[in-house]
Amino acid sequence: MARVKLYALTTCSHCKRTKKLLDEHGVDYDCLDVDLTQGEAREQAIAEVKRYNPSCSFPTLVIGDKVIVGYRENEIKEALGL
Amino acid sequence: MTPEKLYQALKKSQEPKGYFFNRDRELVMDLLQALLTNKQRYGYMACPCRLASGDRKQDADIICPCVYREADVAEYGSCYCGLYVSREWNQGEIPHQYVPERRPLERLLG
Repeated sequence: MARVKLYALTTCSHCKRTKKLLDEHGVDYDCLDVDLTQGEAREQAIAEVKRYNPSCSFPTLVIGDKVIVGYRENEIKEALGL
Repeated sequence: MTPEKLYQALKKSQEPKGYFFNRDRELVMDLLQALLTNKQRYGYMACPCRLASGDRKQDADIICPCVYREADVAEYGSCYCGLYVSREWNQGEIPHQYVPERRPLERLLG
């Protein structure tokens, strides 16, 4: 299974829906809530997100080498083979 | 202030301007709660779906209602986070599309 990483904000409903979708399907993923980071860790997190998503918006979901920006249910399911 | 009170207050001031709350009540209440959370955290209602800096001046463009709402609702019928929509959007007369981030990256990086 491809590595799955979600960059999110704890206040963002679309990020919450993405987490819910992943949880409901038992997907194993890492999640980084960037709004909870500070200082050096935040700068690093922003740099990381920017690498995958130049506009640094949320949610940014990385599935292997595929990047999905925004809560796009069909695209996410397809990329996960669900 | 509760999300419900915020809902009533904003509904009165925003609807006459043509901005309606999303018919998805659960989403709206979630976003209004998030605005109150951000008000507590930063002292201003930073957009729940954008990374706030904590610096009010730097985030002036994303204090809800954000400066991008007008163009986003005009183009997509919905603001970036889906809190405010057009009448047509709510009535399903236009497609519900993903609204891409309009905010320039430079504003985020400060």
